[in-house]
Amino acid sequence: MIRKDIQFDKKGRLRHFLTTEGISRPLITDILDYAENFASVVNKPVKKAPLLRGKTIANLFFEASTRTRTTFELAAKRLSADVININIQTSATKKGESLLDMLRNLEAMHTDMFIVRHMTSGAAHFIAEHVAPHISVINAGDGSHAHPTQAMLDMFTIRRHKPDFTALRVAIVGDIMHSRVARSQIHALNILGVPDVRVIGPHTLIPPHVENMGVHVFHQVEQGLRDADVIIMLRLQRERMQGALLPSEAEYFANYGLTPDKLALAKPDAIVMHPGPINRGVEIDSTVADGPQSVILEQVTNGLAVRMAIMAMVLGRTSDEEVAS
Amino acid sequence: MGLHIKNGHLIDPANEVDSKADLFIENGQVVAIGNQPEGFNAETVIDAAGQIVCPGLVDLSARLREPGQEHKGTIESETRAAAAGGITTLCVPPDTDPIIDTPAISKLIRNRARIAGFANVVTLGALTHQLQGEHLAEMSELQTVGGCVGISNALNPVKNTLIMRRAMEYAASCGLTIFLHADDTGLSAGGCAHEGMISTRLGLAGIPESAETVAVARELMLIEQTGVRAHFCHLSSAHSIKMIARAQHDGLPVTMDVAAHQLHLTDMDIGFFNSQCHVLPPLRTQRDKDALSKAVAQGCISAICSDHQPHDADAKLAPFGETEPGISALETLLPLALRLLDDKLLSLSDLISRLTTQPAQILGLNLGHLGQGAKADICIFDPEQHWNVAPENMLSQGKNTPFIGWEMKGKVTHTLLNGQIVYQADKP
Repeated sequence: MIRKDIQFDKKGRLRHFLTTEGISRPLITDILDYAENFASVVNKPVKKAPLLRGKTIANLFFEASTRTRTTFELAAKRLSADVININIQTSATKKGESLLDMLRNLEAMHTDMFIVRHMTSGAAHFIAEHVAPHISVINAGDGSHAHPTQAMLDMFTIRRHKPDFTALRVAIVGDIMHSRVARSQIHALNILGVPDVRVIGPHTLIPPHVENMGVHVFHQVEQGLRDADVIIMLRLQRERMQGALLPSEAEYFANYGLTPDKLALAKPDAIVMHPGPINRGVEIDSTVADGPQSVILEQVTNGLAVRMAIMAMVLGRTSDEEVAS
Repeated sequence: MGLHIKNGHLIDPANEVDSKADLFIENGQVVAIGNQPEGFNAETVIDAAGQIVCPGLVDLSARLREPGQEHKGTIESETRAAAAGGITTLCVPPDTDPIIDTPAISKLIRNRARIAGFANVVTLGALTHQLQGEHLAEMSELQTVGGCVGISNALNPVKNTLIMRRAMEYAASCGLTIFLHADDTGLSAGGCAHEGMISTRLGLAGIPESAETVAVARELMLIEQTGVRAHFCHLSSAHSIKMIARAQHDGLPVTMDVAAHQLHLTDMDIGFFNSQCHVLPPLRTQRDKDALSKAVAQGCISAICSDHQPHDADAKLAPFGETEPGISALETLLPLALRLLDDKLLSLSDLISRLTTQPAQILGLNLGHLGQGAKADICIFDPEQHWNVAPENMLSQGKNTPFIGWEMKGKVTHTLLNGQIVYQADKP
C-alpha cells in the first residue's frame, strides 16, 4: 500500500521537504527561481530578510555534521528566524528517551520547523508522519536515502552554468550505494528532463537495479565521463575501506579519482562538482578540485540561498501575507 | 453430553471428504459423520448452514512471547487470538527467553497453554545450546522429557558448517525433524529489506536473495549427506522453492512452508518506509510472490503458516531499519490463505489441507483430520462473510499488521478444541 505523499498539504503546497522523489518539475523550478532572489540578498550589505521573523527552527542533528548544520543555521538566521541547535548522541535515544518522546518535548517548546539529519534511512519521513500538524520537517540527510536540499543546491549550481537541463549529460562518480546525495540528485535530474544521467563506480558501490531510477551504469570511468557536461564526484567515506567493498584508497584513486587526464574526456566546458567535504587524492586530484572547471565552492555559497528559499517556501505556507509585503 | 454440528459443508482432506455432512462429537472426539448415532444426545447444536466445517488449523510457527516478552504477548492472549483465527494447534520456536534448550521450559510453555485452554501448543527444542550454534543441545532430552516435536535454531542460523552437519546427524539418530531458517548471515547482515529496486530507491540496507538460496543450498547438501528429516520455514524466494522442489523430486525428505503474508505482499508495499512491512525474511518481488503461490497450489510448499510475531506499539514506532520485524498474524491466517482461491490455482479442499493435515504431518502429530475417533479440534467458518481488519477487533496483544484496513473474505464463527467451544463469533 503506497501512501499518499506526505510532503504536501491538502492544498498541494509543500509542507515538508523530505525527498526529491515525486515532486514536479514546476515545483523544482519555483524553488530554484525563488533561490535566485535570495542569492542577491546574500550579496547585499544587510543580509537579512524578515520572512521568518517570530518563527522557531530546531536543528535536530542525530549525526554529526558541522557544514550542513551551519548553512541551515545561517539560512534560518538570514530569514530572521530563531534557531536552536540540538545535537543528539545516538546512544541517548537508544538507551532512554524514544525519538517520539523527544519530538513531543520539542513540540511543546512551540517550534515551527525541524531540520533533521539522521543516520537511518526513512528517519525524516518517520518524524514528518508523527509531528504535530503545525510543524514542518526538512530532511537534511537520512541514512543512504535522501538529501534533497543538497540536490536542490546542485541543480541551482548546474542551472547557473548550463541553463538547459534537457541537453545535458551528467555523470555521478563514486559510492552511489551509500550516497543519499546521489539518490536525491538522480530523482531531481530525471524530473528536470536530463536525458543522460550516468553513475560510475565499481560494482561494489553501485546498488542493484539502480538503472530503474533512470540512470545508465558505467564501471569504467573513461567510458562514463566521455562528453559529460557535468561531473559530480561523491565523497568516499574512509570506513568503506574496512569491508570488502574496495581494496585500497590508492587503487580507488587510480581507477576512479578525477585527474586532469580523465577530466579531459568530458566536454571542454564541463563543470566539476562535489558535495564536500572533499578527500583530495582519494576521489579528486587537487589540481582539478582547485582548477577552473571546479564549481565546488560555488555550491557551498549557493547552498545558503537554496536553503533559505526552501525554508521560506515551506514555512511561508502559513504566512503568505508576510511574503507579499 | 454430545455436540452436533448440523447442516455444514464438511471438508476433511485427510479422508477425502468434501460434502455436506453433520458431525457428532462426544468426549472430545468425533463419534460419527453424517447420520446421528443411536443413543446420541446432543446437548449443544451448532447450525453451520452455509459454512465450512474443517479440522482446526495447525500453525507451524507462532511466537507467543511468553516466557520473556510478556509486554508483547502472553500464552493466554495469543492462544485466545489463535482460537479466533480457527487455529487449534500452534508450534512455538525455541527462541523464547529463557530459550527452550531444557525440557523444563518446554513443559512450562505447554502447561501454561493447557491451563489457558484455547489451543494445543507444541514446541520446537533448541538445536544448539542457547541457540549459539556451538554446542549441541540435549535434543534427546528435549524430545523425550520436554515433549518437543522437532528442533530448530530459530532465527539464528548455525554458521559453522561442521557443527550443522553434526547437529543434523545427531537429530537424525534421534528421529527428530530439523526446522530450518535459511539465512546466510554474512550476506544478510545489517539488512532490513529485499535487495532490489525498492531498497535501492529508499537507501535501505538490502538482504539479497542469495542470503536465502546460499543457505538452502548448503542445508540441502547436508540433508542429503546426513539423511535427517528437514523442514524449511517461511521461505521467501522463487529460487529457493525451485531448489527444494527439485530435492523433493529427487527423494530427499524435505518439506517447506510459507508465511501467509508472503503470498500477498511484495517489497513495493513498503511504500515510503511502512514499518509494518518490515519482516524477516523480507518481502520480495512480484515474481517471488507468484512463485510461492504457485508452489502452494502445486503442493511442493505443503503448509502455510502465520509466522505470528506480536509486538508492542513502540517496536514499530521508529525509522524502518530500527523497527523490529514481524507481523501479528494469527487472526488473518485463514482469510489470507483463502485469497489464493481467487486465482483458482487450487481447490478449497487442497488449501485446507495446507493449513491442517499437512502441517500436522510435518510436526508428526495425529491431528488435522476429522475421521471417526479423531480429536474434535474443529474450525467452522463462513467463506462468504466479509470483514475489515481493525486493531480494536484483534484479540492478539500485538496490533502490528500491514493488513489494517484490508477487506478479508472468510470469517471464523466457531472454534472447537477437544470438542469444547473455545471461540464463538458474535452474530454479524
